[in-house]
Amino acid sequence: MTAFVIRRLMQAVLVVFLMSLIVFFGVNVIGDPVDMLISPDADQSEIERTIRALGLDRPIGEQYLYFLKGVASGDFGNSFIFGEPALKLILQHMPATVELALVSLIMAVILGIPLGFIAGLHPERRLSRGIMAASILGFSLPTFWVGLMLIMLFAVTLGWLPSTGRGDTAVFLGVESSLWTRDGLGHIFLPALNLALTNISLVIRLTRAGVRETMHQDYIKFARAKGLPESRVVGVHLMKNILIPIVTVLGLEFGGLLAFSVVTETIFAWPGMGKLLIDSLLQLDRPVVVAYLMIIVLFFVIINLVVDILYSALDPRVRLGDRDA
Amino acid sequence: MTVLSVEGLKTHFFTRAGVVRAVDGVDFALERGEIMGLVGESGSGKSVTGFSILGLVDAPGRVVGGKIVFQGEDLARIPESRMRTLRGAKVAMIFQDPMMTLNPVLRIDTQMVEAVLAHRKMSRREAWTLARDGLARVGIPSPEQRLRAYPHQLSGGMRQRVAIAVAFLNDPDLLIADEPTTALDVTIQAQIVHVAQTLCRDRGAALIWITHDLAVVAGLADRVAVMYAGRIVEAGPTDDVIDGPRHPYTVGLLGSVPSANRRGGRLAQIPGMTPDMLAMPDGCAFRERCPRGDAMCGSAPDVTVAAGGHAVRCFHPHDGEARA
Repeated sequence: MTAFVIRRLMQAVLVVFLMSLIVFFGVNVIGDPVDMLISPDADQSEIERTIRALGLDRPIGEQYLYFLKGVASGDFGNSFIFGEPALKLILQHMPATVELALVSLIMAVILGIPLGFIAGLHPERRLSRGIMAASILGFSLPTFWVGLMLIMLFAVTLGWLPSTGRGDTAVFLGVESSLWTRDGLGHIFLPALNLALTNISLVIRLTRAGVRETMHQDYIKFARAKGLPESRVVGVHLMKNILIPIVTVLGLEFGGLLAFSVVTETIFAWPGMGKLLIDSLLQLDRPVVVAYLMIIVLFFVIINLVVDILYSALDPRVRLGDRDA
Repeated sequence: MTVLSVEGLKTHFFTRAGVVRAVDGVDFALERGEIMGLVGESGSGKSVTGFSILGLVDAPGRVVGGKIVFQGEDLARIPESRMRTLRGAKVAMIFQDPMMTLNPVLRIDTQMVEAVLAHRKMSRREAWTLARDGLARVGIPSPEQRLRAYPHQLSGGMRQRVAIAVAFLNDPDLLIADEPTTALDVTIQAQIVHVAQTLCRDRGAALIWITHDLAVVAGLADRVAVMYAGRIVEAGPTDDVIDGPRHPYTVGLLGSVPSANRRGGRLAQIPGMTPDMLAMPDGCAFRERCPRGDAMCGSAPDVTVAAGGHAVRCFHPHDGEARA
């Protein structure tokens, strides 16, 4: 187990390094940040001064080495726009995104699994057919459109919930979050639901498929033959078997939620990392983009690791140590 | 004392293609401590009969007629809540494939303790002790260790022993064993048969042993019932049926078993296939494959009972003399 974790962490370092290479050179290709930063009426000497100040006069290879040296000591460079360290900017925006992703993950679980169970246990009921039809919509409707409709309905027409922003935050257990205030919870509900929609649908479908498949296994029949109450047959014998694929998918989806909440954050003006990324991309703020993408890669690697460990907790047949990772 | 009496049991499956009469009028009775072999080929309805008794027929199937009187209660009529208290307590079942019977993600102790606690009020600790003794009783070495294992860490024979131990946890009066040795190799088969037989004898539990293997039944059962296409076509004391079969189907079945004293000869076959369950012919379902079938067989034969309780459902039965 320990060897497994160490091996995975070493792989993570390699992946992050490769990512930095791709992103650094990639961002360099899409445009010259100088055009964005300097006012059009600046003279040549001023332009050159800025270029030199940002280190952009150096060959790209040298710039990269310089960047790597910084990264080794935790310095991803300063944002061209804000003049602040890129890492600090991202960390400032991270809690908002993490709480959004967490809430929508929780929504996916507490809505998706029960609905999937209903649809799987009683596939012939009208309610089940309704759930499945809704899940297709959840998959196929574009996020931005659903987001706008949610705002229209709940914020504009009904006026129940605020449409934008993060609301009040409070500090609890050393974490500042909008989850600790009523106002914050009101603000997070719509964007989280919007972000969760595809995942709820995904979980419904996974759960239903798992239930339908597992229900006819001999061990479920045997559990019934033992005279166990139906709640235990479904809640333990069935549930524990279908959780395995659900945990895997949700783990990976959580990474996706963190990384690609861009659309939702933009629509709901949620001050998270996704919004920061979009702004930085538009302004060719290379250090921020590079740092952001590297952190996301790190997230994915860590989440994969956690999923693997959870997996072994759920499925006794999986032994992490014996397996080639 | 009669533990179980099944009368005119009908279990039908309502599929889109039509109604499958998997069990179509089955009668038998079991005395306390008696072992009955229920024999038939795949699709003859023997497993469905077992599941019907336990009330575990999967949709789209259901028991549509007949009585299943178990200790004075008709299991076909009682509510599911009452049925649940009997299942695993008074009537237990073991299944064909031990690889699939135990839940792969739960430890053996979890699966045994829950079976005890579903029926008895006692502490987890006491239930665990019962589970341990149960494993020891079916001949599993170092039961404490095995209790902590997951099913995949045990061999097939070991898992079937665990399943038997689970079935006996609450001292049932009736055990239904659905081809429990089919998936095991021959040496293990003998052990499993022995374990089940001994436990039933010791505790006075009646046993229905469902199988297609006449050799197993010959050495195990007190009585044999032969099923064909949802009906029992012949039933009687094991020796009478094996040595002097009366129904042409039983004769065919016994003739197709290889035996040591007919070495080198061609093995007899029953011609044709089991009838299409959706389009069951009227009359005797076996008549198209039967060497003795004639126009008379177009109507359904009744059961005739000979001396010693040897019953047969046929117009042209063999005389029941011991075969050479």
